[in-house]
Amino acid sequence: MATDTLVTPARTAKAGPPAWRRLFGSWDAVLILALLVVVLVASATIEGVGSPRFYRFVALEAIPIALIALPMTLVIITGEIDLSVASTVGLTCSVLGQLWYLGVTSLPLLILLSLLLGAVLGAVNGVFITVFGLPSLAVTIGTLALYRGLAYVVLGDRAIADYPPTWTQNAVAPIPGTVIPWFVLVLAALAVVFGVLLYATPIGRSLYAIGNNAEASNFAGISVLRTKFWLFVATGAMAALAGVFWTFRFASARADNATGLELAVVAAVLLGGVSIFGGRGGLVGVIAAVALLGILRNALQLADVPANALTIVTGTLLILSVVGPNLVRMARERLRRRRPATTLERKPS
Amino acid sequence: MRIRRTRVAATAVLAAVALTLGACAEDTGSGTDAGSGNGNASGTIKEGLKVTFLPKQVNNPYFDTSDNQGGKPAVEEFKGQYAQTGPSEASPSAQVSYINTLSQQGTDVIIIAANDQDAVCGSLTEAKAAGAKIVTYDSDTKPECRDAFVNQATSEGIAQAQIKLISDAVGSEGGEIAILSATANATNQNAWIELMKTELAKPEYSKLKLVATVYGDDQDEKSFQEAQGLLSKYPNLKGIISPTTVGIAAAARYLSGSSYQGKVQLTGLGTPNQLREYVKDGTVKAFALWNPADLGYLAAYTGAALASGIITGKEGEKFTAGKLGEFTLGANGEVLLGDPFEFTASNIDQFNF
Repeated sequence: MATDTLVTPARTAKAGPPAWRRLFGSWDAVLILALLVVVLVASATIEGVGSPRFYRFVALEAIPIALIALPMTLVIITGEIDLSVASTVGLTCSVLGQLWYLGVTSLPLLILLSLLLGAVLGAVNGVFITVFGLPSLAVTIGTLALYRGLAYVVLGDRAIADYPPTWTQNAVAPIPGTVIPWFVLVLAALAVVFGVLLYATPIGRSLYAIGNNAEASNFAGISVLRTKFWLFVATGAMAALAGVFWTFRFASARADNATGLELAVVAAVLLGGVSIFGGRGGLVGVIAAVALLGILRNALQLADVPANALTIVTGTLLILSVVGPNLVRMARERLRRRRPATTLERKPS
Repeated sequence: MRIRRTRVAATAVLAAVALTLGACAEDTGSGTDAGSGNGNASGTIKEGLKVTFLPKQVNNPYFDTSDNQGGKPAVEEFKGQYAQTGPSEASPSAQVSYINTLSQQGTDVIIIAANDQDAVCGSLTEAKAAGAKIVTYDSDTKPECRDAFVNQATSEGIAQAQIKLISDAVGSEGGEIAILSATANATNQNAWIELMKTELAKPEYSKLKLVATVYGDDQDEKSFQEAQGLLSKYPNLKGIISPTTVGIAAAARYLSGSSYQGKVQLTGLGTPNQLREYVKDGTVKAFALWNPADLGYLAAYTGAALASGIITGKEGEKFTAGKLGEFTLGANGEVLLGDPFEFTASNIDQFNF
């Protein structure tokens, strides 16, 4: 008790550190801060960064990544992964293009069929993973190749590009009065849906339990397999939506559309602080990470950083994203453990 | 849009003037008519133009030759700012991101080899609206998405060069010749073969007789076997034309290791790196392709002429492209580089692609 009276003034004098520590203890905060720093520094030093047009281009590039990152966050929180998403985008683009080529001219019908296709492709992953109990890494590497192969079967080396100009213009049309693409609103609405699902529903909270210990979750009455299955279906459908956007944004359906996009998505989710081992992370960090990667890439491109160096930057960020949150957590725990020790040391004074 | 364009033009003029002032010592005082904007009748290229090459991918020897050995000297000649940028993988979406960057940077001329004739259109249109002039080279986009296309060669030019090369190699005696093509349904190959037949019908080639056309499917092994088959089936064969890079390399490899080397002539379309040793050992006297450095050089001048208002992309307009001389725009804003370039033992070492 006596020590307490001695220590309290010292603590209040140093009221800063705990708050500072709390702020930096969260990876989300680190990311948001990094985002602010990148925006401020880049806007001040690189010509063109920070203009409305800059954000328009960043948004157009980030939309497909963000669309898929939403469900991917949930999938990775449960300790699974879906690497077939970019091939799902490619196959959706190809089928959409081929359907248009064959004479399906109703846009709502084309979108509906695309989303259904995506859901089916996701369900195929889901069945292999939940019914046959195969690891998602292996299954989705398989379907990564399979879906891309099917895309080539559908379109070969053709490109279907003769869509009505209104469709392709509308895909990238800005919100009236701004230059920001209206599709950002669709993305925002979906982000809210996934956010509510993850943060405010029992299902969302159960995802963390599944990621930490699937077996224990099962015993606790969570239907682990059913949850996972529907997450893969949702991922497929969202990838298909990204495919629809991709097709009309580029006015071109090709079998090789979005090749390699899965790595951009996984990189954003991991940088967003979602643990690759499951059970940890959230959507706030992931959305900040998508924005950070998009802005950084475009800013460096404006600064004439060559493509090879850009790849190195992205790679380094990915490594940091895996190491970073763990370092932050370790530092936090060490600080927490050290605090009583500091109190004891102060006793003599 | 008009307002924005004039503002960009004004900025470009200001930049040009600033650069002219900066470079006074070596400048004799040209660039005074840079302010005339559209309808630059005197044909002087503005100074200080930002010209950026956007190849299908960077680190590609072919495009490094066209851009760094052709485009760069051209841009230096008209005192512009040269740059090459682009994705490390040849994908349309990655190229779009670079086009967006260039339009934000206020680049005056974008010279692009399109990875997809449609996918880059939207962003090129935005870049145009921001004031950039768009020139395509190597691979065109839809005509409405760019201001001009620099075409490396026409089908007629390719066919004529092939026949002339085999005729020169075989000699005045003439004799039997054969064609080793790619696949039987390749559109460009078939067009060239038809035009070569038209060419052979001319009196000056009356001593050449086309006895066979075979298909190596652009596979090395198959092309090799087809070349072998031709020689056993036609013992009097004097020459082979292979208008495909895979075919000519395979045929050259077969001939150079056989007793037919030097007796059966080979020509076609190939690249210097794959045929260098066969040109040096005498298997191939000469082969054709366009000169990528000239292609980049002409593309740079075409873009500069557009940005200086010398041409607007209409058929019949003329401009001068430095050492290559005067060019006239054809239909759809096409500029033709000219006849294919002939690679021989005397010039092959100047090329690395």
